[in-house]
Amino acid sequence: MADPGTLRHALRNWRVLIGGGLLLALVIAAIFAPLLAPYDPLDQDLAAQLAAPDWHFSSTTHALGTDSLGRDVLSRLIFGSRVALTVALVAGILTALVGTALGLAAGFFGGWVDAAISRAVDIWSSFPPVLLSIILVALIGTGLWSVVAAIVLIDWTRFCRVVRAETLKQRRLDYVDAAVVAGLTPRRILWREVVPNVLPLALVLLTLEMGIAVVVEAILSFVGLSISSDAPSWGGMIAEGREVVHQAPWVLIGAMLVLLATVLGFNVLGDGLKAELDPVLR
Amino acid sequence: MFLRRILFRLLQAIPTLAGVAVLVFVLVRVVPGDPVAMMIPPGADDAVVLRLHALYGLDKPVWNQFTIWAGQALTGNFGVSITTRQNVTGLIFSRLPATLELVFLAATIAVAVGGALAVMGTRFSGRGGEVAVDAVTGFVLSVPDFLWGLGFIVLFGVLLPVLPISGRSDPTRALGLATDFTLTESFLRLRWGITADVLAHMAMPAVALALPLAAMIARVLKASLAEQMGQDYALLSRVKGFSRWHVILAEALRNAAIPTVSLTGVQLTFLVGGTVLIEKIFSYPGIGSLAIDAVINRDLPLIQGLILTFAAIFILINLALDLSYAALDPRLRHG
Repeated sequence: MADPGTLRHALRNWRVLIGGGLLLALVIAAIFAPLLAPYDPLDQDLAAQLAAPDWHFSSTTHALGTDSLGRDVLSRLIFGSRVALTVALVAGILTALVGTALGLAAGFFGGWVDAAISRAVDIWSSFPPVLLSIILVALIGTGLWSVVAAIVLIDWTRFCRVVRAETLKQRRLDYVDAAVVAGLTPRRILWREVVPNVLPLALVLLTLEMGIAVVVEAILSFVGLSISSDAPSWGGMIAEGREVVHQAPWVLIGAMLVLLATVLGFNVLGDGLKAELDPVLR
Repeated sequence: MFLRRILFRLLQAIPTLAGVAVLVFVLVRVVPGDPVAMMIPPGADDAVVLRLHALYGLDKPVWNQFTIWAGQALTGNFGVSITTRQNVTGLIFSRLPATLELVFLAATIAVAVGGALAVMGTRFSGRGGEVAVDAVTGFVLSVPDFLWGLGFIVLFGVLLPVLPISGRSDPTRALGLATDFTLTESFLRLRWGITADVLAHMAMPAVALALPLAAMIARVLKASLAEQMGQDYALLSRVKGFSRWHVILAEALRNAAIPTVSLTGVQLTFLVGGTVLIEKIFSYPGIGSLAIDAVINRDLPLIQGLILTFAAIFILINLALDLSYAALDPRLRHG
């Protein structure tokens, strides 16, 4: 799957291009935030509270307006991408590792391992995720790392369920039987034969999971359970924007659109990758 | 037979609830942080802290705290909220009706809209109806649930201000009702001015809550309807001269309903969970927004009471789901 042919082919897929483009913009915004942002995201301009968006670019105007403390909305959106990207990467990858490992174990070893893991998945996914994440963060305490922990604790089941089913399917295929006949050890079969075939699917799920992680972080920031409300985060801006929605709707609208674009970016990229990495669909 | 099934399931629910109660108590106790710290101004002297600890029984061993709490809980007393100083049971029961009415309205909208979309998609499947339904549901499902409510606030509260964006009724209006089931009671008492006001307040949160479920229902029901329409009995009815409407509504729908009922049942618990966020977004005074405030204020007695309330609702939904299978499928009823 890492050969240049696949990559070149994938770049011709419009979904991969659009999703990848949106996410590239997010990564650039996060890395170069201090260079791109016109203002310090924490700077309060008390002379310009709730200023409307002003497109006459100059050193004193605010292209996307200001919030109730006179902080520049555009700058806060740009710096907020750092929180979103951090959570997407850390929570997404950790969730993928935990869920994929458990799914592989359940699907490959079967027996009581499978029974125990599948039972846990059933119980876990019968709880409403939003309620569960709020309760979890309330228990472990607020903050960005609690949010990451809550996402991993709740969403590992998404990977586990799908990877288990795919592993079961792969294990029944002839090539695994052939490997057994050829005298390969189970460990070698798992790592050299099954894992590479399950990996593309896990990658697609990871892309979708990153989008979910960004939304969960925004929800918990909105509720007031993530990072402190001073630090710029999209969820926090949504909460502030909700308070002043009649006087300054641009705060809410700006944060919502950025969040929406990010989530759609991950989803579209995931769909595109699914089509590209599946040899049958391609 | 039916009654015995209900009784059996209700008895089964008791150990589940007891298990949740123990779990909740243990979880809340192992969390770091002093609940009393929220009640006092910073820098209060130690004597005050100790006195408050004694007052709330926090100086006793954890095991002892549990027996006291469980004993009281059995009589319906979940203690006093740390932040509002109100009785937890009373507080929850005064807020619960608002949430139940919201959930009921949202579920009704979801079933009606989802069902209508599925039926229309099936009826007009030859003329692009299927494609149109897929496009609509795909769009609804691709936007995160969280953003629907906020989007409605911007659209119908600010840009085109036709609906109120927070609360449950006009605060300047004296309701003068006996219960907190404002929507139901005002309707039954023929005070339809209040009913209209409450409905206007509930419109956006209920629709925002219902949309994702409506899309899922539309997809699942359309797939099962398509399967049923290909069966011999449907074909035979068409050959006999019954209209497509008749075959879909009077014959295929009942057979196609079971997967949708099971989906709706499972998703109903998620819908109840979703009220937490929707109520926060619309400042709607139900147990969802109460739960968020309780969590932020670390109001332990209230959190415990609320988790048990949610657990009881989930158990009741599963019970209702189980019974509706039996009502729909004669094989389960007599088997």
